[in-house]
Amino acid sequence: MPSNMTLGERLRKQGVSRRGFLKFCAATASMMALPPTAVSALAAGLEKARRPSVIWLSFQECTGCAEAITRSEAPTLENLIFDYISLDYQHTIMAASGDAAEAAREKAMHENEGKYIVIVDGAIPLKDDGIYSTIAGMTNLQILKDTVKHAAAVISLGTCAAYGGIPKASPNPTGAAAVSEIIKDKPIINVPGCPPIPVVITGVIAQYLAFGKLPELDALGRPKAFYGQNIHDRCYRRPFYERGLFAETFDDEGAKAGWCLWKLGCKGPITYNACAVTKWNYGTSFPIQAGHGCIGCSEPDFWDKGGFYEPLSAGTFSAGGRLAAAAAVGVAVGVGSAVLARNSQKALHHKEGA
Amino acid sequence: MSLLDFARGPALEWSLIIFVIGVVWRLAGTFLFKGQKYLSKPKGTKFVSAGLMAIANKSFPPHELEKRITFQHYTGYLFHIMLFIVVFLFEPHIAFFDWALGISWPGLPTNVITFSSAVTVIILIALGIRRATDPVMKKLTTIDDWISWFLTITPFITGMMAFAHQNIGVRYEDLLALHILNVCLLLIWIPFGKLMHMFLLFPGRYQMGEKFEYRGVKA
Ligand code: SF4
Ligand code: SF4
Repeated sequence: MPSNMTLGERLRKQGVSRRGFLKFCAATASMMALPPTAVSALAAGLEKARRPSVIWLSFQECTGCAEAITRSEAPTLENLIFDYISLDYQHTIMAASGDAAEAAREKAMHENEGKYIVIVDGAIPLKDDGIYSTIAGMTNLQILKDTVKHAAAVISLGTCAAYGGIPKASPNPTGAAAVSEIIKDKPIINVPGCPPIPVVITGVIAQYLAFGKLPELDALGRPKAFYGQNIHDRCYRRPFYERGLFAETFDDEGAKAGWCLWKLGCKGPITYNACAVTKWNYGTSFPIQAGHGCIGCSEPDFWDKGGFYEPLSAGTFSAGGRLAAAAAVGVAVGVGSAVLARNSQKALHHKEGA
Repeated sequence: MSLLDFARGPALEWSLIIFVIGVVWRLAGTFLFKGQKYLSKPKGTKFVSAGLMAIANKSFPPHELEKRITFQHYTGYLFHIMLFIVVFLFEPHIAFFDWALGISWPGLPTNVITFSSAVTVIILIALGIRRATDPVMKKLTTIDDWISWFLTITPFITGMMAFAHQNIGVRYEDLLALHILNVCLLLIWIPFGKLMHMFLLFPGRYQMGEKFEYRGVKA
């Protein structure tokens, strides 16, 4: 297919009906909490959008994010949208390797200067000049800076790219950092999650393609449309929380009855993501529905917020030893002050008696 | 580090350490300090029962004053009962004790907790107004009372706000952090102010009963 075709032309060529296309636009718009009037604007924008060049850089990551998107409910329109970006470099799925792969990246950069989008998954190690992760003899840091220089925008895909994620977890041996800690002069959209929800990834791309500008972001650089609400406020177990009905273990009567998982460490109240709304796997279910609390995967430092199974009212340190030591110090100080008081009293008695 | 990470981490850790050191220090110091030695012979023998009786007796208003102190007496009782319910019988609080001490117990439905919190706040406001306006109370009140009052009422307010965060449009994590930080301040203050009465009240009454028995005075 000629590369200058619009998305609308491509979809029609693929046999996607106008009706199916509008249905997709309506679903995407509702997911982004856009008003119904925005559906036609979204459709018009997508129709006219041209296939942008995308360079996908994978750094310190587990490939889970790429895995998630390749499983995105194929073959739906979301997938087709993804097909209609020109993915010019993605070292996991591209056919080329070695020098040829790097040449493809360079070529895409030159041909689309100022217009291409960079998707990053994975954190970037900074310690010891970034030697802990290299591709084709270049550190991730060098590749990132080099590639982003002439990009239109960067999408940090997954919590590792957005906030450092698991590579950054304490004690962060490689000095892993988020894209936004390194790149300061380009628009960055964070699409966190471990992995992010596939339809959220395609939704963000669709929105960018249709409107040609960055979506509205929250304080942590996430599109408000998908990350505007916490899991807890949209959770179907919420009525149990309100009534104070909590599962105590994963197999007690409360767990079987679907009670709230707060006491089992659910981080839904402090986690902003669309899981409770879009769900996963064709909207089948999401972790809380499957009986496990939210682990807060779309939040910075989610790995270091105390145990996954500790409730939010617990501290993030282990209390026992510290409190016992504090009690011992208290006894020592108390005994000391009592001895001092007794001695001064004795002295007083002597004085009075003398 | 987010505000909530700070609250659940270093803030809670250090305030708990200060709380435990302070409370144990004051209790050990108080119990080990024998006080004045009596030179006279004891006039009674039943020290333990006198001590226990003092604890019980002093929990009711003295007959002569009963009518004049009804308000503070009964609101005081109600306040302490409600406070107990909220602090010890709200499920997320029980989860905290389970984490800190390794023990847990059954809780009450959340609407009972919400009601109790509201009653507690109302009583605290009423007692605060009384303290600020009553001429006698004004004379008896020190800065300690106001700090204790403030640090007791704020966790209730922030706790209720956290629960109703959606209605007031503030993020849950910010209100939870505020609530925990409030509690941290309270923990630090307890050993050093009048709130220490939560530990000293009954031992103090016991000791008084014992002393009265020694001197042959009816407590
Ligand atoms: S299961 Fe988690 S997200 Fe759902 S209501 Fe309970 S605490 Fe909130
Ligand atoms: S429920 Fe929580 S931990 Fe699970 S995928 Fe969603 S945001 Fe991540």
